Amino acid sequence: MKHPFEGLKVLDFCWVVIGPMTTRYFSDYGATVIRVESGLRPDVIRHGLPFAGNKPGVNRSGYWANYNSGKLGLSLNMSDHRAREIAFKLATEWADVITENFTPGTIEKWGLSYDKIKNKNPGVVMFSASMLGRGGPYDAQPGFGPVLTALSGHTNFTGWPDRVPVSPYGAYTDFLVPYLAFSAICAALDEKRRTGIGQYLDLSQLEASLYFLGTPVMDFLANNNIQERSGNQDPGMAPHGIYKCFGNDRWCAIACESDQQWRSLAKLIGQPQLEKDVRFSSLAARKANSGELDKIVEQWTILHCPDEVMNICQSEGVPAGSVRDSKDLFDDPQHIHRKHFIYMEHAEMGTYASDSSGLIMSETQPNYRPAPLLGEHTHKVITEMLGMSNEEFSLLLSEGVFD
Amino acid sequence: MLKPYRVIDLADDRGIFCGKILADLGAEVIKIEPTTGDPARRLGPFINNDPGIENSLYWQLYSANKKSFALDIHSPMGKEILLKLIPSCDILIESFAPGTLGKLGLGWDTLKSINSQLIQVSITPFGQTGPYKNHLATDIIGSALSGFAHLTGDSDRAPVRVSIPQFWLLGGATGATGAMIALQSRVRNKVGQLVDVSCLESLTRTLSHAPQFWDMNEVILKRSGPFRPVGEKNALRVNFECQDGYVNYIQPGGATGGRAMAALSTWMEEEGEGHPLLSSTDFGEYGFGQIPTDLLNIMNSTLELFFKTRSKIYLSEEAIKRRVLLFPVNNPSDIYTYPQLLARGFFREVTMQNSQKIFTLGPWIQSSDYAIPVKTAPSLGEHSDQILEELGLSRSEIQSLIDNRIAK
Repeated sequence: MKHPFEGLKVLDFCWVVIGPMTTRYFSDYGATVIRVESGLRPDVIRHGLPFAGNKPGVNRSGYWANYNSGKLGLSLNMSDHRAREIAFKLATEWADVITENFTPGTIEKWGLSYDKIKNKNPGVVMFSASMLGRGGPYDAQPGFGPVLTALSGHTNFTGWPDRVPVSPYGAYTDFLVPYLAFSAICAALDEKRRTGIGQYLDLSQLEASLYFLGTPVMDFLANNNIQERSGNQDPGMAPHGIYKCFGNDRWCAIACESDQQWRSLAKLIGQPQLEKDVRFSSLAARKANSGELDKIVEQWTILHCPDEVMNICQSEGVPAGSVRDSKDLFDDPQHIHRKHFIYMEHAEMGTYASDSSGLIMSETQPNYRPAPLLGEHTHKVITEMLGMSNEEFSLLLSEGVFD
Repeated sequence: MLKPYRVIDLADDRGIFCGKILADLGAEVIKIEPTTGDPARRLGPFINNDPGIENSLYWQLYSANKKSFALDIHSPMGKEILLKLIPSCDILIESFAPGTLGKLGLGWDTLKSINSQLIQVSITPFGQTGPYKNHLATDIIGSALSGFAHLTGDSDRAPVRVSIPQFWLLGGATGATGAMIALQSRVRNKVGQLVDVSCLESLTRTLSHAPQFWDMNEVILKRSGPFRPVGEKNALRVNFECQDGYVNYIQPGGATGGRAMAALSTWMEEEGEGHPLLSSTDFGEYGFGQIPTDLLNIMNSTLELFFKTRSKIYLSEEAIKRRVLLFPVNNPSDIYTYPQLLARGFFREVTMQNSQKIFTLGPWIQSSDYAIPVKTAPSLGEHSDQILEELGLSRSEIQSLIDNRIAK
């Protein structure tokens, strides 16, 4: 069985998270992905915590490694015209796919605009992503992932109504958009396979992110209704929340989708009489009295460990799930069963954990390989894939073209 | 882009996004829904706050560009019709509990024996196998088990989820990714396959570097409200109150951080609210999160006071002019009026069959050679006749299916 992307050549100028997470699917599933970087201005995530053994270094970030497994590391000093010529040659003579997510104008400044590349490589599929999209008053506004959660509304919808909103942790929207970006690149590749025609794809991270928060905006436009964050409340379920359990900072989520599930919960917490209590007899009543209801539920959960709460509830048909912290995730039986965390051997970091693709496929096995060192494959790419002589390579190396 | 491909979409509100992505990319996506309507049609918010079968905005957003074929696949006749569609189908999407299709006689072995090229994408909370495969889930259960909630919320209260469900949307989006990988595999290997998606894993993949913090440094990151923990002791404030809402300011590291703080302190000084230590320090010397604790505390409190007495719109517009990395914390109304989205015409007006106009989202990607159509979702059974006729059923056979409530 061939890998899904066997033979596909991807020239990857992406950096930080949204781009590299997108192109990691190509390397994990068999493509040759050249990750173009510069040692002079390394990807900011190469300086991102955590570092293996708590020792900083451009080749030691677990954050960076997670999104770059299986790629070839090429270092190019793009301020040197010879480096730009090499990039152009790879783009026009080698690549099937070119990806980038610099601030609009950067890739063009290097002479790597789609129009220029297309002239020599008409079948190429080129993908650009930017924070806010090309064109419009703010297209060149600098910024980075985490601020997008503020713009997309995710921040405002996370937290308690009586408090300042909290953000989802980290550059949350960076982890949403790659699914869309990757699907579109694959669709364009399929069209190219059938017709020979390539295309340019341009994605605004903000616009794509809004597909994960679109209905409240449509609600405002249709009904003038401004929805707000609601802690852990849900309009269609009660009880619905994350309840304190036995232990330090231990919690379990419980959600009753129906009267039947509420009755089961009342029984299993040893309070079957609540079934007939008018305060809780319907969803509307339970919503109206949710403060009291949550207290009653929590009086029970506080006596049990999260997994006890989860297992008792699930065995009675009540949706429940323990709150997992980062350590718990590695011990979670479902993650273990699906091999969610994969372990790879890295030249400098040793063994490190990475997320799997999240997919289990009946015929296709992923081809996980460790992330490259900065510039690890520069010589290989330049001499073997681009065909430059060793002499010329050494000369350019000594003159800083691969810095 | 995916024009030659036919997708049968059996997924309900929990897998709805997968088919939407494929439909937007040009595939023919036939949404097979119960004759009473898909559960997604019952999810609010609703147009005019009226919960009619065509009025769900959730349905509208995530089903536009699909076709609707209302068919009771639980009836013997409905099942037979579905099986007749399988030979022409490239991708089948489903989000039933594991084993459900098998019990209906539509299990993977049956389907692949009819069409060896078929790709089936199964989207479930936890996956087709494993100890949680039969566990019940809702969005908040996913937020908890995935590790998302533990990292999110104020430190003195319970962990929280995002108030707008994310779990199913992430699972659906991952399904589209799996479908695309399987399609490329089929091109090279001439065989379809089963793609098993777990929404849980998709949400766990949004945790940034938190799992790596445990794996590499045995550190468990904790939720810290509007602050962001940086290093062992420090916390950088990221969300601030302003006069009429909230703004977001994240002090970057390195040279970018130096420029950002220089511009911000100049601004605060011009308005008489600067702090000498912020103006005289070169923040470019500090990497992200490396600002010394005392200085960081002064920074946090100075910014709190400055932002609190100014409006969201003033702060955002002035920040753009001064290239300060401050952004509004948008609520739904702010999103609609955000100048960049307005200028790009992102929100589009579309007309429903009953002539009512609604706004929906524009394309999530632009292409030099293709435009994602922007329109309303299909009405219940809008394409039933067309598909039944294609299968060779006569007018009277179709009428009989409708009379028997097998199709609509």
